[in-house]
Amino acid sequence: MTDTVANAKATPDVTQPWAELGLKADEYRSIREILRRRPTSCELAMYSVMWSEHCSYKSSKVHLARFAQLPKTTPRGPLLAGIGEQAGVVDIGNDWAVTFKVESHNHPSYVEPYQGAATGVGGIVRDILAMGARPIASMDSLRFGRLDAPDTARVLPGIVAGVGGYGNCLGLPNIGGEVVFDASYYGNPLVNALSVGVLKHGDLHLAFARGAGNKVILYGATTGGDGIGGASVLASETFDADGPAKRPSVQVGDPFTEKLLIECTLELFAAGVVNGIQDLGAAGISCATSELASAGDGGMHIDLDLVPLRDNTLTPEEILMSESQERMAAVVEPENLDRFFEICAKWDVLATVIGEVTEGDRLVIDWHGETVVDVDPHTVAHEGPVYQRPMARPDWLDALNADTTASLGRPGNGPELEEHFRRVVVSPNQCDKSWVTDQYDRYVRGNSVLSQPEDSGMLRIDEGTGLGIALATDCNARFTLLDPYVGAQLALAEAYRNVAATGAEPVAITDCLNFGSPEDPEVMWQFSQAIDGLIEGCKILGTPVTGGNVSFYNRTGETNIMPTPLVGMLGVIDNVADRVKSRFQNQGDAIVLLGETRNDLDGSAWAEVIHNHIGGNPPKPCLEAEQALAQVLLRASKERLLSSAHDLSDGGLAVALAESAMLSGFGARMKLPEDTFVALFSETPGRVLVSLPESKLSALSQLCGDLPHARLGTVTDDGALTITGQFAIAVSALRREWAATIPVALKTRPRSAR
Amino acid sequence: MRVGVVTFPGSLDDIDAIRAVRLTGGEPVSLWHASDSLEGVDAVILPGGFSYGDYLRCGAIARFSPVMAEVIKQAKAGLPVLGICNGFQVLCEAHLLPGALIRNDRRTFYCKDQLLRVESTSTAWSNKFATEQEISIVIKHGEGNFQADPETVRMLEGTQRVVFRYLGENPNGSVNNIAGIANERGNVVGLMPHPEHNVDPAVSPGLDGVRFFASLTNYLTSLAEEA
Repeated sequence: MTDTVANAKATPDVTQPWAELGLKADEYRSIREILRRRPTSCELAMYSVMWSEHCSYKSSKVHLARFAQLPKTTPRGPLLAGIGEQAGVVDIGNDWAVTFKVESHNHPSYVEPYQGAATGVGGIVRDILAMGARPIASMDSLRFGRLDAPDTARVLPGIVAGVGGYGNCLGLPNIGGEVVFDASYYGNPLVNALSVGVLKHGDLHLAFARGAGNKVILYGATTGGDGIGGASVLASETFDADGPAKRPSVQVGDPFTEKLLIECTLELFAAGVVNGIQDLGAAGISCATSELASAGDGGMHIDLDLVPLRDNTLTPEEILMSESQERMAAVVEPENLDRFFEICAKWDVLATVIGEVTEGDRLVIDWHGETVVDVDPHTVAHEGPVYQRPMARPDWLDALNADTTASLGRPGNGPELEEHFRRVVVSPNQCDKSWVTDQYDRYVRGNSVLSQPEDSGMLRIDEGTGLGIALATDCNARFTLLDPYVGAQLALAEAYRNVAATGAEPVAITDCLNFGSPEDPEVMWQFSQAIDGLIEGCKILGTPVTGGNVSFYNRTGETNIMPTPLVGMLGVIDNVADRVKSRFQNQGDAIVLLGETRNDLDGSAWAEVIHNHIGGNPPKPCLEAEQALAQVLLRASKERLLSSAHDLSDGGLAVALAESAMLSGFGARMKLPEDTFVALFSETPGRVLVSLPESKLSALSQLCGDLPHARLGTVTDDGALTITGQFAIAVSALRREWAATIPVALKTRPRSAR
Repeated sequence: MRVGVVTFPGSLDDIDAIRAVRLTGGEPVSLWHASDSLEGVDAVILPGGFSYGDYLRCGAIARFSPVMAEVIKQAKAGLPVLGICNGFQVLCEAHLLPGALIRNDRRTFYCKDQLLRVESTSTAWSNKFATEQEISIVIKHGEGNFQADPETVRMLEGTQRVVFRYLGENPNGSVNNIAGIANERGNVVGLMPHPEHNVDPAVSPGLDGVRFFASLTNYLTSLAEEA
């Protein structure tokens, strides 16, 4: 029988499966205190899922609050929406605004790589759509266990096919991201999906339910039994001991329906027939109704019998918790209903009135004519528990920091240096990623100015003026492991530099904070340090945090992942015709290194590839120097001085030089400073490799002013990378090996030369 | 020159085709799948995408839409029609072109700049190329492996109806490296590569797509002169 509110009042002592639903004893106690009775099983379902770490940010809230101290202004003006909305919105000028966000879908992607990754893309796209923006592109940062680990051959192709299968079918170009391998991600890959959307200032929509009598409409896909892992506990334990088999916990995506949902929703916005819209993601109807109601000024009444189901055996608890994809909720005034349904019919989108906004402040949900939920929606959506988790600096960190690269064997002569150069360039983290990115459509919508493997993706926004945006996502978790505060700033600096290298002005960030278990004090310390690093860094760079996502409990067995605070940087470029590519363009161009190289080998790709070593201290970021460098790059791009610009990061000059050559087919003749090894493999931040006609060298030099810059060589057409006095390596052979690393490891066909 | 671009539910490159028509001097006209009017256009493009989610088979549902009944009728009467990627699949399902497009032999979606050789310049969409001209056009598809029975392939080869052939790498396993074919009259062409992505200097890797549209203009002009 259904557990109604009346029943809950009559049977206060029933034992409820709160622990199985992930609630702690004191959390269950506070639910009882809030309701002044025991919750019904439907209410228990709602609270448990809304008070989960994923939905309530209960472990991270106190730390995320510190982001509030950052100014809400970008170099281009005030934010139009910030943290707390479904995605931040940035004014980019000419009445255009951009909204962007990264979200993790790590755990589902391990369980079922294809659907986990696919629905990760789908979810973040609906967040962007709910702001009133047209989604225009995706990026994906993927992290896997070692490339040669057996399960990587299952997880990697599945995740990549899922990202591509969903995104390609939505017609969103995938313009960048990362592919990183490290043993710590073996049983816990990271799938961080970024979506970006564009809108005119007047089209911004924030989600809330207002005005008694307005209708609540559920539209999009029907509700099924997918993605409700937890609720099956309720169903089987509360009602029927032999009950239905446990429901699958991973959602299944249908990108075709989502494509229709996008077009339909944009048309609904344009027609002005919606007051508020929210996507249904984690916690499904529980989340959408409680958030819409608590953000509005009234209550809400929902008749759960009206929800269209694809499986009519679902219990009300399951309907409330279902995470079936491709669904949205809208609040619509009665006089707009006809037009609303007309637009949905045009796009073959199913739409159903399931309730209405009411006077008062209660969220009431009925099932078969009886009330099964009667709560203050604010207590569900916003008054979840808040934890001040214990933090402790790991006791292993001093030993790790003391184990520097100083004692590691360095190449003693030219041939050894060449061997190290080659091995670093073709190693899994530095090799060609086109096996992955060729499975994504990077051209659809016709505005992709730059896409992978460029330093950042770039999109034209305004065909008339050439106004555009650039996006880069970065995190070197090896540095964050050695020092989470510094590592987070290095991620920020790298993303900032990647955007600037293409000629765009960095204006704002979003983040995706992937960490281990928050119940581990060492992880909480890493988390807190990373946030402090980001805040201090953003203060200096003048780039606000527009929003973000936290993913905890990323670990395999007892081993936490390396702390991975991913930074997504948005840049603005006034005219995309000024964009700068990373590869060499002309034989005879001078090659110049901007920025200063120090002896920074700790945590480097060289240490990883050659010595399988991680230890010491990460490079010291100098954000003022990053700003000065960015200013030079922006002016040089506007004045069309540069033929190419490529950020130096993992693998230092060695990798930047090799990529600039391999992607272009040109060679280079380089004369490096005396300690050639350090010059090639140091990973000092704040550096960019540029090439330009000799005739423009003095103009560049003038722009640089105090910024260290040195001519290192010349672009050649002899097909060789020559490090004078050390070695010469054929670009085509290097390229073949660099392109084969992933296909060979996965035993698939390598792509032919472009 | 008014060129209709059909939007099916799930069409994706319709906006790209519309932009390409505009950039190459034509007047694009949006055509909706549920309407049976072609609004008097001079030519029709069936764009890329995943019409009807590619459910059942790529293009299998789209061919039954009201707009396709009219496209089929007018194509048989000589209206120039270009099917790009999913549009090519629709044309095969509609039997305006022979053969079928099956899953890539590599079994993954594949996006790259692909070299092609122009094999026939006697169609409405390829007459401004030089024969055997080598061009680079974007490909991006998961099911572009063109197959037909040997007799049909012999017929296509023998009657100059293979219009484009993959050069260098065969990206999908197509028989005889076939990338695009025409109907007997040469007014209907289907191909997996996306010429609409190769017309815009700001974003395109190359501009070899422009000649597809120049060919159409030339074809329509010659027709008008003959009349």
